[in-house]
Amino acid sequence: MAQTFIEKLIARNIGADSVRAGNIVTVNVDRVMIHDIFIPFAAAKFEEMGFTKLWDPDKVVLINDHLVPASQTDDTRHLRVGNEFAEKYGMTHVHRSDGICHQLMTEAGYVKPGDVVFGTDSHTTTYGCVGAFSTGIGYTEMASILGTGKLWVKVPETIRVKITGKLAPNVTSKDIILTLIGDLGADGATYKALEFVGDTVEDMSIASRMTISNMAIEAGAKCALFKADEKTAEYCQIPLTEKELSLYGDEDASYCQVIEYQAEDFVPVLACPSQVDKIRPAEELQDITIDQVFIGSCTNGRLEDLMAAAQILKGKKVAPFVKLIVTPASRKIYQEAAANGTLQILAEAGAMITHPACGLCCGRAGGILTDGERIVATNNRNFLGRMGTNKVEIYLASPKTAAASAVAGKIVSA
Amino acid sequence: MGKIFRFHKDVDTDQIIASQYLLYPDIEEMKVHTFESLDKTFAERVQPGDFVVADENFGCGSSREQAPSVLKALGVKAVIAKSFARIFYRNAINIGLPVIVCKDLYDHVQDGDEMELDMSAGVAVVDGAEYACTKLPEYMQGILDQGGLIASLNVEADDEKEGVR
Repeated sequence: MAQTFIEKLIARNIGADSVRAGNIVTVNVDRVMIHDIFIPFAAAKFEEMGFTKLWDPDKVVLINDHLVPASQTDDTRHLRVGNEFAEKYGMTHVHRSDGICHQLMTEAGYVKPGDVVFGTDSHTTTYGCVGAFSTGIGYTEMASILGTGKLWVKVPETIRVKITGKLAPNVTSKDIILTLIGDLGADGATYKALEFVGDTVEDMSIASRMTISNMAIEAGAKCALFKADEKTAEYCQIPLTEKELSLYGDEDASYCQVIEYQAEDFVPVLACPSQVDKIRPAEELQDITIDQVFIGSCTNGRLEDLMAAAQILKGKKVAPFVKLIVTPASRKIYQEAAANGTLQILAEAGAMITHPACGLCCGRAGGILTDGERIVATNNRNFLGRMGTNKVEIYLASPKTAAASAVAGKIVSA
Repeated sequence: MGKIFRFHKDVDTDQIIASQYLLYPDIEEMKVHTFESLDKTFAERVQPGDFVVADENFGCGSSREQAPSVLKALGVKAVIAKSFARIFYRNAINIGLPVIVCKDLYDHVQDGDEMELDMSAGVAVVDGAEYACTKLPEYMQGILDQGGLIASLNVEADDEKEGVR
């Protein structure tokens, strides 16, 4: 019987022969992630529910990233409560300054193909890049998983996105996902799974796939799935067996929508203020001057992103009135970028390079803006008031577009 | 009867409660900043029993459970929208805030209109006109009826729920 990727994955998880979109099932959770913003709330709910121990401390990961390094006194309280909770319940997987949660969950080996993972953050969809079902939940549900290891979910319908061909040199996977969000709308995939197939997707690095799965939530998607391949196995440091290879959507499965793109048709695009689905080609925005550029985040803070920016910035200087902030997604990436000379190139061009954390993307620290200022940023959200005041204009773009714009002092395509 | 506060399409969680207030120690301190970027006077004007009515995709964006929590803390009786973003929807049910899908209501009502809501019948009445609302799936209605997930877990503590329901 033909099945979608998510139907196969959930059926395997619950030990059923098959499930169908629309079924409500209780899944067995393989891993959960809680970050520093929500740990005090999850901890309080956990105890309010009467639980006295974690269902499996090995499956629980606490990551401090939104509040690192602390910039306000409230931040330090959250970090302290996290430490106390980890200590009290015997948690060993605690990252206090290693990077952004969505980078670390796969990079540090917590998520493998076929896993079911929940996190207290909407961008938990990221782990679909390695073929895991992962999605964001609130802290009350997280507390109930911490006690029971289970959660009910509705098996989602699937939108299949097929991309074939070769991308132009100035186009990245960021332009693909922005274009898709524009085509679907900010609620076009709500309650649904996205499944990405085609040779363009197969040719992509895990890092590029991660950018796509990270932003799937911006179209409302519950998850965004990529079939595991040799690259996945190498990244996850696992052998590639039938277990991984058998998880994919059948051609003749029941899809609620099939969207096909030719890779050559994609151009550099930006999401304009203040909606993620307000997509325009860079070509049409060429005269817009900017005050700041942000390259980083769990969307585009990986080594290939920093290297792509460095390639454009090498031997150049950012425009004198532009502040360029670069935030690697993890300490490991930071070290790799330092070792291969990327950070040196960025620094010479005039970048401020920050510690790997959420910082500017979540608008708490590290370069917030004020009324009338405009930023080109590589992260995932341009919501009103996200990076400072309500009168800041945020344009979302790829690292290539962002780097080229930093030099020009206005929006340009690379 | 409660008053309608009407909001547009794609109201995101940052607009409901902005990031800079998320670390306030409790919801009571946080709730005065509800919808601050859209309407600075909302938190002062809304009364217990009032309604939030919105266009499509209400609550998109982050997973912050504070978004439905501040609305509940202000006494909002229900949020009625053409559609909801999924994390907000689950969070609202889990904390006991009724979230109701009604395709028809938004286009026919104004900010400030008085509304009556019969949740069990799934009918909203404004100015004599009736609007049919989509009923919640039984499983979710059960959680809501018990006052949210915590209460529901306590009731169902012995109820093993395995496999396809």
